[in-house]
Amino acid sequence: MKEALTLLHRLNGHPDSRCWFVSWSPTGTLLASCGGDKAVRIWGQEGDSWVCKSVLEDGHQRTVRKVAWSPCGNYLASASFDATTCIWKKKNDGFESLTVLEGHENEVKCVAWAPSGNLLATCSRDKSVWVWEVDEEDDYECVTVVNSHTQDVKHVVWHPTQELLASASYDNNICIYKEDDDDWECRATLQGHTSTVWSLAFDATGQRLASCSDDRTVKIWKEYPSESGNDLSWKCVCTLSGYHGRTVYDIVWCRLTGALATACGDDAVRVFKEDETADPDQPVFSLAAQATKAHNQDVNCVAWNPKEAGLLASCSDDGDIAIWRFEEED
Amino acid sequence: MSGGTRLENANPVIFQRSGERLLTAADEDEDVQDPIDDREIFDILSINDPEHPLSLEELNVVEQIRVKVNDAESSVGIEFTPTIPHCSMATLIGLSIKVKLLRSLPDRFKIDVHITPGTHASEEAVNKQLADKERVAAALENSSLLEVVNQCLTSRSI
Repeated sequence: MKEALTLLHRLNGHPDSRCWFVSWSPTGTLLASCGGDKAVRIWGQEGDSWVCKSVLEDGHQRTVRKVAWSPCGNYLASASFDATTCIWKKKNDGFESLTVLEGHENEVKCVAWAPSGNLLATCSRDKSVWVWEVDEEDDYECVTVVNSHTQDVKHVVWHPTQELLASASYDNNICIYKEDDDDWECRATLQGHTSTVWSLAFDATGQRLASCSDDRTVKIWKEYPSESGNDLSWKCVCTLSGYHGRTVYDIVWCRLTGALATACGDDAVRVFKEDETADPDQPVFSLAAQATKAHNQDVNCVAWNPKEAGLLASCSDDGDIAIWRFEEED
Repeated sequence: MSGGTRLENANPVIFQRSGERLLTAADEDEDVQDPIDDREIFDILSINDPEHPLSLEELNVVEQIRVKVNDAESSVGIEFTPTIPHCSMATLIGLSIKVKLLRSLPDRFKIDVHITPGTHASEEAVNKQLADKERVAAALENSSLLEVVNQCLTSRSI
């Protein structure tokens, strides 16, 4: 059996700029994108084509690096180099700016909503990770600032079911945080990458974490019962090297199929599949399909549609967004 | 850089500039496709030193032999040599080289700018910073830093 990536649509998402990130709404019907043009755009399907439904401007003074949907789909959070995070609320057909989260000293690199929707995490070049609590009146309050990294924090991601947070950094490490008495603490530091860790993704169960790096590798980490005290135990069980020609900027694990997709600085999008028969402590992943010239420039992000298996979005420094279908060929 | 500030390297060794590129018949033939070569990239790098009224070529910070171009694979690799191992301008020089190439070359090129191995105390840290496109993008949104970079890139009348 052979798998392939087929291009379905290509959108000039952020013309004359760079598209940094794309994110599917929880229902999989809308795609949010952001980029160097300081804007967030919302895309939806009309008939056979994808069109821009709204443009969220005037929220940020500088590049919008990442965008995240709340689990209910009614809010969007955008993280910007202008040191702020904007919260947008759905209103009629569009979005309106609800509040601006300030506090980071410089560029906010990532924002992520916890599965409950009550917590939000942000991270910045100021080396810190902030956890914010959201109440019913749409008020946001910072509950913790954690300084476990020694450098720029590139990415934060929540566990799919538990209140567990992971972050990736320019210091080559990954930190995992848990709440303890209203305070968030780093409970595990995952060392192994030899350069900047750009992104992280949990699998559907949350028992494994995939990371990608400037060292051109992908690593799979697995949680093991704690050996001593309170600390969590995560071990690297697999390293994928030799596939990526340059920095791997993003990695995403499909919650529906288990397929792993990567975005790479060599302009390619790749999909890896796991050998189901392998020992769970020594998983084996193989390259199932790749689009070597997926974009004209670096691919910055990949995102699996949460409802439609095999539907993958990617975006690039060339400003484009591409939508792919990953499927088995006859 | 401003008047009164002491220069880090007050008396740099000055090197002769290489001559003009010699044109061949094929260069002038419009029907022959000329790939982008090392010399062409080197000529693009006529960047001013942030401290001295000299070009990076005259200070031997950039040399043609440290320019590696592969037009077919769309890659450019540059090694630059700071004049002294503790030069605080190394990141700025590297950033200026990178910006100049980003502005001059077609988008398809992958541009890698490194310090010549063994020539700077913070070689690894500077290389890592220059390779991080997110930090480069953020730096170029900083208007005062961008102004300094642009000053290095403005051609000086000879």
